[in-house]
Amino acid sequence: MDIPSIPLGDWIESGLTWLTSEYSAVTRAISRFTQTGIDVLNDSLMWLPEWALLGLITLLCWRLAGARLAIGSVAGLALIWNLGLWNPMIETLTLVVFATLVAVIIALPVGIAAALSNRLYRLIMPILDFMQTMPAFVYLIPAIPFFGIGSVSAIFATVIFSMPPAIRFTTLGIRQVPVELIEAADAYGATRSQKLFKVQLPLSLPTVMAGINQTIMLALSMVVIAAMIGADGLGSEVWRAIQRLRPGDGFEAGIAVVILAMLLDRLTQSLRKTRRSQ
Amino acid sequence: MDETRPVKIQVRGLSKVFGKQPKKALELRDQGLKRPEILEKTGQTLGLSNISFDVYEGELLVIMGLSGSGKSTLIRCLNRLIDTTEGEIIIDGENIPTLSEKALLECRRRHFSMVFQNFALFPHRTVRQNAEFGLEIRGVDKAERKQIAQNALTQVGLDGWEEAYPNQLSGGMQQRVGLARALANDSTVLLMDEAFSALDPLIRKDMQQELLQLQSKMQKTTVFITHDLDEALNIGDRIVLLKDGEVVQIGTPEEILTQPADDYVRRFIEGVDRSRVLTAESAMRPVRSTARESDGPRTALHRMRDHSIDSIYVTDRDRRLIGLLEAESASKAIDAKSDTIIDHLTQDFRKVPPEEPLQNLFAMFSDKSFPIAVIDEQQRLLGVVVKGAVLDELARAGEQ
Repeated sequence: MDIPSIPLGDWIESGLTWLTSEYSAVTRAISRFTQTGIDVLNDSLMWLPEWALLGLITLLCWRLAGARLAIGSVAGLALIWNLGLWNPMIETLTLVVFATLVAVIIALPVGIAAALSNRLYRLIMPILDFMQTMPAFVYLIPAIPFFGIGSVSAIFATVIFSMPPAIRFTTLGIRQVPVELIEAADAYGATRSQKLFKVQLPLSLPTVMAGINQTIMLALSMVVIAAMIGADGLGSEVWRAIQRLRPGDGFEAGIAVVILAMLLDRLTQSLRKTRRSQ
Repeated sequence: MDETRPVKIQVRGLSKVFGKQPKKALELRDQGLKRPEILEKTGQTLGLSNISFDVYEGELLVIMGLSGSGKSTLIRCLNRLIDTTEGEIIIDGENIPTLSEKALLECRRRHFSMVFQNFALFPHRTVRQNAEFGLEIRGVDKAERKQIAQNALTQVGLDGWEEAYPNQLSGGMQQRVGLARALANDSTVLLMDEAFSALDPLIRKDMQQELLQLQSKMQKTTVFITHDLDEALNIGDRIVLLKDGEVVQIGTPEEILTQPADDYVRRFIEGVDRSRVLTAESAMRPVRSTARESDGPRTALHRMRDHSIDSIYVTDRDRRLIGLLEAESASKAIDAKSDTIIDHLTQDFRKVPPEEPLQNLFAMFSDKSFPIAVIDEQQRLLGVVVKGAVLDELARAGEQ
């Protein structure tokens, strides 16, 4: 018996083609806007001399997380500078910051809505599962026809890939607020928005911050992979090392990614802790 | 019971069914079925059935029952944290179950403050910010609510803790914050849901006393939920006894103790130490004679002889108690040619407030045989208690 295979791939492709042609004006506008944003951020970070930015980041680490992270930051960033990977590092950082911003701006309202409405919760959770388990590379493919080769496509794929934890943690954080506190707010006649802003959001903040931390980490891993569709940064250094079969260069760029990851992780975690201990 | 007092909240025919077909459950209830049968037949839980009672202005009404009696449901129906199935709850002419969402918020803000069993303090807010919560919700401006919250915190004895966070406080102190949050709100009704049940027994007693003191000052209409009969008898002006979602008896603590409505109530009160709820007031007798501070020793002695007593309480013009004059001191004063008794008074006697439990009085008689003076907050002499009256009162309570 010969069962014809379902042309799922064809359907998706024709759907994507339709989207691309119908909404090209929109995607081009988004593309221009995003590219400008990236360029501005990138240029301003690069405009600062290396030592100044290094000093600024170290100061930030020291104020937020203490002396140990500050020392780590000096050592790590100095190593990156020394290896000549400063500019790629800045490019990667820009992409991460930008993608995380977009992801969080979308994720917070969606997460809050999903926490407050059971129907929306049931609708969104499978979509999040889909977004998270789909192999990350797959997002790169449709990104190209939408936004062309380069950083904007990288941001698009990164936002989709890194957004789920921010949504999930926001929803979880709000749902975790003890019922008795909700009851207390109700008993004193709080409106929905008073309840949200005075009780639910402040109490879920540590969990939301944990979600944002996850989003940053995922974004970093994705912008490195996005080098395959022409994103600049440390990823493209790794990619070049692969193509030229130069493991030494590859590891150098890889170590720079690890240093950046650790700095971002510790910084956002310390943000979470200072909030909690208040 | 004083039926002429103004009614603050009127609860009439209140029922609550948990489940999706409440009508069916109520039909079965009307056919005379009880909670377990209704649960078995329909899968619906009859939480409250046909509850009616009044809460008078300024009284402390205790709703008491064991777990599962529906008392927590009942208090949550009052401010509609739980929607009712049928019946009326009327507060100042408004029927709470039929209020619109907006009117309900307004009603909660104006009428109800709530104190919770597990405190339900906001962990991200300081003690002061917690106390300010109700005012903040109502949109009272910052300076004003800070002032009001400060007063409330002072009232509950939390001066100096304003900037602390709830997790830095002990359980008893946390509940004081809960109480301050409720007091600051200055609503017309205070709802207390097992407010002291999570505290250890000694702290609980303290809190009960403090609540009574606050209550005597503020006369705030209070609905207090408890499963502890001792607590109910100790603080309640009246008690509503619930069992399986129905009212078993409504009455003052004395009525519940002396005229239990049925065997359930009787069994309930068996464990209670009766002398604890009988107070100095019940054994008090009017003072037969007092001396005034302006009296001379001869006048005072004359009065003692007239009433065959060997000591006399001395009061000032406002009937405030200032001391006790013994016959010997009076005659010494006469010998010393003194014409005032003021220098010959003794303070070596016991005075108690009218709500002092009788059993405490009993212990006081062991050292001195003067009658115990019963005084109010202004130090005015209300009456005296003699040893015989205490014994008599205890004996009569024992017979009942």
